[in-house]
Amino acid sequence: MTMKIKNNIAVSDNGFVFNPGSGESFTVNPVGLEMLNQLRKGLSQTEIIAEIQAAYNTEEAIIERDLLDFLDMLRQYRLIQLDDE
Amino acid sequence: MTTKKVYERPIIKKLESNMPNKFGMRTIFEPVTHLDGVEVKALAKEYGSPLFVISEKKLRKNFRAARQAFETRYPRVQFAWSYKTNYLSAVCNMYHQEGSWAEVVSGFEYDKAINNGVEGSKIIFNGPDKSEVDLRKAVTNNSLIHIDHLDELYMLQDIAKSTGRRPKVAIRVNMDTGIYPIWDRFGFNYENGQAWDALNKIMFSGVMDLMGLHTHIGTFMLSPAAYGVAASKLAHLAQSVLNKYGHEIKYIDMGGGFASKNTLKGSYLPGTDISPSIDDFAEAITSALMNSDYRPKNPPLLIIESGRALIDDAAWLIGSVLANKRLSDGRRSTILDVGVNLLFTAFWYDHKITPAQTFTSYTEDTALFGPLCMNIDVLRESINMPLLNKEDLVVIHHVGAYNMTQWMQFITLRPKVVLIDEQEKVHLIRNNETLDTIASLEVMPPHLSFFEL
Repeated sequence: MTMKIKNNIAVSDNGFVFNPGSGESFTVNPVGLEMLNQLRKGLSQTEIIAEIQAAYNTEEAIIERDLLDFLDMLRQYRLIQLDDE
Repeated sequence: MTTKKVYERPIIKKLESNMPNKFGMRTIFEPVTHLDGVEVKALAKEYGSPLFVISEKKLRKNFRAARQAFETRYPRVQFAWSYKTNYLSAVCNMYHQEGSWAEVVSGFEYDKAINNGVEGSKIIFNGPDKSEVDLRKAVTNNSLIHIDHLDELYMLQDIAKSTGRRPKVAIRVNMDTGIYPIWDRFGFNYENGQAWDALNKIMFSGVMDLMGLHTHIGTFMLSPAAYGVAASKLAHLAQSVLNKYGHEIKYIDMGGGFASKNTLKGSYLPGTDISPSIDDFAEAITSALMNSDYRPKNPPLLIIESGRALIDDAAWLIGSVLANKRLSDGRRSTILDVGVNLLFTAFWYDHKITPAQTFTSYTEDTALFGPLCMNIDVLRESINMPLLNKEDLVVIHHVGAYNMTQWMQFITLRPKVVLIDEQEKVHLIRNNETLDTIASLEVMPPHLSFFEL
C-alpha cells in the first residue's frame, strides 16, 4: 500500500496546509513540512528517512518512529489518499 | 563538513477557529531550566529523577509575608506549622526557626514534633484520633489539646482525675459560615448548641483549663469572608464563656485551609488569578475579631495553622519523559516517571508543568500520564505542551503541600527530596527508599521461605 498526499492539498512554504475538500487548515513544523513535501514528491518511507537523516542530527530509528506517527496523523486528518480509495 | 539541523519530531496541528477563549488568554511557555539558581539538569543528574526540590528562600519569604499580614492587623499572633501538610523534619524546623509552634493531628505527628525539639506546651494537638496514651503524653507535656468529640472529653476528664494534672484544652467548633460543604464531622457544632454544651461540660468539670476555641472551616477556601463569619462566631462563644463564668479565653485558633495559587480542576481561571492573597484572609479574620463583641482584659492570642498557602509554591517536582505515544483518538500522550503516587494533588489540581529545556514554538495537545499500571494515573488530561522527547525533563510547580505526606509506595519507591538553601546550596533532606526499606518490614513464615519452579 502506498501513501500519497491528496492532489488538491495546498502546502505553503512556511508550513500552512489547506484542504479545499473539507475547508480545514493545518500547520506543520519544519520537519513535518519537509516530510510532507517528500510525500508529495512520491518518495518512499525509506527514502524519506534517508533524506531526513542526512539533513538532521538524529537517528534512523527515531525518524522512522516519528514518520509512522506523522503518517497516522495525516491519515486521521484525511490528507492521505490510500490505494483503495 | 556541513552541520546538521536540529531535529524536532514532525507534527501537524489542525487550526481551530470556532472556539475563541473569551478572556483571550493563551498558554505561555517558558522553559524552567533553573530552580533557585540551580540547574534542573544538574539536580536530576546528581539526585535522580523524579526529585522533589524545596526552596528555603521561598518558604521563608512566604512565611514572613503571612506573619506580616496578620501582625500588622492584630496585636497578638502565633503561627503553628501544620505537620500534615509537610512533616519532613527539615521543613518543620525552618518553620520552627521562624517562630512557628507545631500543629499535629496524630500520635505519630506529635512524637515527630517532640523529636524535632518542640516544647510540649507549644504543640497543638488536633484531630479525631488521639489514643489514651497520646492524650496522657500531651497532658503531661502541657500541650494544647483541641477536643474533637465527647468521648475524648470524657477520656481527658478521667486522665485529669487519675493523674491530678489539669489538661490545657480547647474545643474544635464547626459552623455554618455560608460555604459548602460544612465540615461538621470535626468538633462540636456552633448552631445547634453542641459547642456551648461542650464548653459547659469543661467548665463544670473543674479539672481542665479551658484555654481556647478552635475552628477549621474547610480546605482550599476561596472565600475570605467565610473566615470573618467564623471568627465572629468564635468571639461570640468566648464572650458567652466570659459572661457566664468570668473566664477569659486565652486564644482563638482559626485553623487554616487558605487556598494556594494552584488551579483546582474545573476552575475556569488559573489559581494565580483567583486565589485570594494571605492579606485578604488576614483582613477578614482580624477585622471580625476586632469588631466582635468579645471584650476581655487581654486580647486573645490569634493562632493560625495555615499549611498549604505557606508551602505549596515553595516546592517543585522534577520528572522526566519515559515515552511518547499516540492515543486511539489521535491525541498525543506523554508518559512521565512521575505519577499520582508522588503527586497525589494531581487528583485535585491542574498542576502547572513546564519543560526544563528550550523548545520551539510548536505545541501539541497532550495527555500527561504517570508510570503506574493504573488507568487513573493521569497528571493532566489535556495540556498544550511543547514537543517533548524521551528523557527530557519537566518541572511540576506548586507541589509543596500534601504530596510529601500523602505519597504512596505503590509498585515503586519514593524518591529523594532536596532543599536549596538561601545561598543556593543543595542539601539532601530525605533519601530515596530502596527495596530494603520496604522488605525489611516484612516477616517470612519459615514454611514459605522456599519454592521450586
